[in-house]
Amino acid sequence: MTFPFAEYAVQVAYLIATALFILSLKWLSSPTTARRGVLAGEVGMALAIVGTLLDRNIVDYRWIAIGLVLGSVIGVPLGRVPMTAVPQRTALSHAFGALCVALVGTAEYFHRVPDVPRFMMGALSMEVILASLTITGSLMAAGKLQEVLPQRPITYNGQNVINLSLLAIAIGIAVFLVRNPGHPGLFLLMMAISLAFGVMMVVPIGGADMPTVISLLNSYAGLSASAMGFVLNSKLLIIAGALDGSSGFILSVIMSKAMNRSFTNVLFGAFGQVQTSAAAVQEARPVHAATADEAAAILTAANKVVVVPGYGMAVAQAQHRVRDLFDALTKRGVDVKFGIHPVAGRMPGQMNVLLAEADVPYDALYESDAINPELSQTDVALIIGANDVTNPAARTDTSSPIYGIPILDVDKARTVMVIKRGMSPGFAGIDNELYYLDRTLMLFGDAKTFVGDIVKAVTGGHG
Amino acid sequence: MPSDLMTNLYVFMLAAFLGFEVIRRVSPLLHTPLMSLTNALAAIAVVGAIVLAGEGRGALTTVLGTVAVVAATSNLVGGFLLTDRMLRMFKTSKTPKS
Repeated sequence: MTFPFAEYAVQVAYLIATALFILSLKWLSSPTTARRGVLAGEVGMALAIVGTLLDRNIVDYRWIAIGLVLGSVIGVPLGRVPMTAVPQRTALSHAFGALCVALVGTAEYFHRVPDVPRFMMGALSMEVILASLTITGSLMAAGKLQEVLPQRPITYNGQNVINLSLLAIAIGIAVFLVRNPGHPGLFLLMMAISLAFGVMMVVPIGGADMPTVISLLNSYAGLSASAMGFVLNSKLLIIAGALDGSSGFILSVIMSKAMNRSFTNVLFGAFGQVQTSAAAVQEARPVHAATADEAAAILTAANKVVVVPGYGMAVAQAQHRVRDLFDALTKRGVDVKFGIHPVAGRMPGQMNVLLAEADVPYDALYESDAINPELSQTDVALIIGANDVTNPAARTDTSSPIYGIPILDVDKARTVMVIKRGMSPGFAGIDNELYYLDRTLMLFGDAKTFVGDIVKAVTGGHG
Repeated sequence: MPSDLMTNLYVFMLAAFLGFEVIRRVSPLLHTPLMSLTNALAAIAVVGAIVLAGEGRGALTTVLGTVAVVAATSNLVGGFLLTDRMLRMFKTSKTPKS
């Protein structure tokens, strides 16, 4: 294997793998070509791994084999999690990806110390800082999503100052190491501080902010992989990391826009800062409650229905009942569409996946901008487990903490139905004016049971 | 400044712009599969880990490399599996139900 041909073959394999990765993402743009995209990614990955195994520097394959087998054993169950667990699985996989990058960076540093070229030390520091904060940040996010950690945001005075100081110290050490790389203790300290920063960054974040955080951690994980590419001088890694990083970045921007947060707000991880306006003691205001039979009668009489699902639907696992309702109403000639807000759920696009799992055709799923113009000609807007993204105060009340959030204009529909457990306010801790409108019917109960009851009434009534 | 670094910076910049243009076109419908697919693709870091685990540079490097191979492999196997599972679920109203 000393002839250069093998070396060229490896490089060509990497080049083809890179092209396949780009095609993979390009094909993901539409559901009709998306699966081809996964195949392209898999072939690219296989090519790159086989090419690497031909590397002449590898003298011992035992540990590689053990690693690949063990990784596959762990990976298969992670690929088979139920759809409702996808957000925490995704957070966990960001942690795993970052762990790989951090370990490679650490090994590389200790192998070269004390003679680490400056540019390499700079890239190594970036790699290790980004990867370390992604590891702990993602584990925290996964813990909150799995509800093994408290979901409510934990905030205290001076939180941002402390967090930014931690990050500044880590970067300060990195700058020092670039000039004086021969301090392994400082390298480990930089890593420890970054790990701590990851925890602190996610501590103040509540459940509803998770889509933004997961996207941001996605971006950090990608950038750390890219930094690793600079260290190892691997263009394949630089490109794959940059693609992952820009994907996470775009999603963060979309999510922060949908939450009406500024981008600096996102970059510095200062989430969950929506001042919960002390939830001023609300006196009970009258609402119109209705039963499943009444709701079914109105729904069957309608021509056009828009369903707005939210996190509550995922929690109640109501997506299959919702699909039954979709089928029952469609069969009766009712035009049923779904209006999906970008931040509905716990990660970008979660509602679409849950509804697709329940066999709702994706051509019935509409984004906010696509469905909003239709809502004024809609007979019934049925809201299942969504709250703040339907609050008209976001359009009208400049003093409201959610003012400016792009919402679904469900209040423009002729009748509004809200399936909800009780009158508790949403994540932002504010009352929803929508519930007190004359045309709003409150359907109190568990989403799964209630939708099931409506389906029974719709199908049972007329055979 | 080493010329490798400059070339790599150009590669990074171009890839970032390309990623931005390609990913901007991904339908919001598929944002969850997008995240799990890019996550699987970023597990290409496994190539760096494989070399470390097999170079025989010493016990520390081999251990760190092997753990890194495990972490990245679990991501790529799990990531591709999950993405494909999710994408198989997306059907139009014209597709006959199985």
